[in-house]
Amino acid sequence: MSAPVLAHLRTEFDRGLCHRFLYYMLMMRELEERIELKLYRQGKVVGGCYTGRGQEAIPVGSAVLSQPGDWLTPSHRDMAALLIRGITPREILAQYMGRATGLTKGRDGNMHMGCAERHCVPIISSIGASIPVAGGLALAMRYRGESNIVFNYSGDGASSRGDWHEGLNMAAVMDLPIVYLCNNNLFAYSTPLDKQMNVCDIVDRVAGYGIPAEIVDGNDVLAVYEASKRAVEHARSGKGPYFIECKTFRMSGHSAHDPADYVPNSLREEWSRKDPILMLQKYMVEELGADERDFVNVRKQVLSEIEEAVDWALEQPFPDPSTLEDDVYESI
Amino acid sequence: MSKTTYVEAIRQGIWEEMERDESVFVMGEDVAVYGGAFKITKGMLERFGEMRVIDTPLSESAIVGAGTGAAINGLRPVLEMQFADFMACGFDQITNFAAKCRYRWQQAIPMVIRAPGGGNIHGGPFHSQNVEMPYVHTPGLKVVQPATAYDAKGLIKAAIRDNDPVIFLEHKYLYRSVKEELPTEDYTVPLSKAKTQREGEDLSIITYGWMVHVALEAAERLAGEGISIEVLDLRTLAPLDRRSILETCKKTSKAILLHEDTLTGGLGGEVAGIIAEHAFDYLDGPLLRITAPDTPVPFSETLEKAFLPNADEIVKKARWLYRF
Repeated sequence: MSAPVLAHLRTEFDRGLCHRFLYYMLMMRELEERIELKLYRQGKVVGGCYTGRGQEAIPVGSAVLSQPGDWLTPSHRDMAALLIRGITPREILAQYMGRATGLTKGRDGNMHMGCAERHCVPIISSIGASIPVAGGLALAMRYRGESNIVFNYSGDGASSRGDWHEGLNMAAVMDLPIVYLCNNNLFAYSTPLDKQMNVCDIVDRVAGYGIPAEIVDGNDVLAVYEASKRAVEHARSGKGPYFIECKTFRMSGHSAHDPADYVPNSLREEWSRKDPILMLQKYMVEELGADERDFVNVRKQVLSEIEEAVDWALEQPFPDPSTLEDDVYESI
Repeated sequence: MSKTTYVEAIRQGIWEEMERDESVFVMGEDVAVYGGAFKITKGMLERFGEMRVIDTPLSESAIVGAGTGAAINGLRPVLEMQFADFMACGFDQITNFAAKCRYRWQQAIPMVIRAPGGGNIHGGPFHSQNVEMPYVHTPGLKVVQPATAYDAKGLIKAAIRDNDPVIFLEHKYLYRSVKEELPTEDYTVPLSKAKTQREGEDLSIITYGWMVHVALEAAERLAGEGISIEVLDLRTLAPLDRRSILETCKKTSKAILLHEDTLTGGLGGEVAGIIAEHAFDYLDGPLLRITAPDTPVPFSETLEKAFLPNADEIVKKARWLYRF
């Protein structure tokens, strides 16, 4: 297993942008904690429950660069990408609780949500399948001569799927405007990286397709942001796809039922010292003169929004069984 | 007026829809420069340009996935699977994603996947299969198979205009073996509407695809014996036109379910279930299935001939059922 690459060029990040990063990372962290550690255990959320604890910097550092006309295909550890696109904690909670007002109207659960108006394709559970779909979204942009791009999110596990390879290759030969963000969190469910592939990095696989790629510290939101900026500029200017491998670690099990006892304690301890939220706050204190009290206030705001959203979601109706057969076809 | 073949009818149908609607485009293996393995897309690159006639790598799953993405983002893709057999390589994208988008997030997928299937062309196990049933069994997909040039053109146009994903199965043996005069004006054939290809009184043969022609041949022979056969061409296999199935059974009280696909899990069983549930009281004889046996499609001529249902077999079984 190769060590994450930590070094990157620090440029000036203004306070406003860093506060934005902090808000979304904290919102994702706290909302997921609320869902997994409270609502799921209380039986108010049922089914699968996947979190991106420790990986928040990846969706945040990239999705903040998306424009309204862009499309995103977030995966199951990218909740912040949905938040940045304007999907609210209310909608997310109603989805998790299977309510009629959730984004899938109770037809699907957990992070399996998207929204056409806000240009988010819901995750396809056969991981890696979103890679070719991103290609088609991008193809339509080029078809109409737009400068929009696609942000595609996946993980290291996806890179073992055939769709991942077919999709990257097709995007490369067609020069499609896509930014791929790969969270390499070292485990696909319980399977460590060295049992997934015989090369060191995901970018070694990408090289076979002729797509420019780079590795960043996926726990450093500033690094993810800077790499994403380069990628976005590349894709938007018509130079084709760009791949970013974000080295990170999943600070939870695969899902709520998984204690992840296959993860060595030393590894978990090593990565707990690189918490992306603490890393950002450290930067804000040391480089931007931020005050610990600012962080407390952001957290308070996040928690109060969540509180309000939970109350709202719990009041939402479950879907009417009479709607069971709706929306299979437009009409018969 | 000259007659138009089945293959040319499909080509014309796609061509006209591309003229009519700028969001319609074709994509697949060898469809642009080469004009497609069966020449369905011949001349389209020259007329519509490389943005709308797209050659892809040999990647069925990526073709379907990209088609679905393009459909989400406002286009109307017409995808070509070089042979229906290889649609299996895109099965996950078709059944796990495209078919479920409307149900999961109210997202229309106006996409057509064209797939040449069927045997009687010495194609062997990988180039002759009738692959309809896994798709028929997937809610959210529509599955179509025309038997005539008129229907081929009208159904491809209707499929392209439809807002749900349509699996459009073309029969390779019919490509150049059937032809007819087509209307010069624009027309479509509605999905999920069966068609009575021959009126009859004594017995119904419910079928689709190439077997419509085999059934018509058998019906003609039986007419000489004074047995009147009705031939119902399903045309759309999912969602089925249940009303027409029940109407013909109520009319003749006897039915043969005929298909080129293999027996177990074939459409005949589903149609038999519909009839048994809703028209049992009208039946004067058992429901008979005439299908290929449960084997892969063999290559050698004697074996393939033995595999495919034929008019002799239909005549024999229809006589038996008539006298029942």
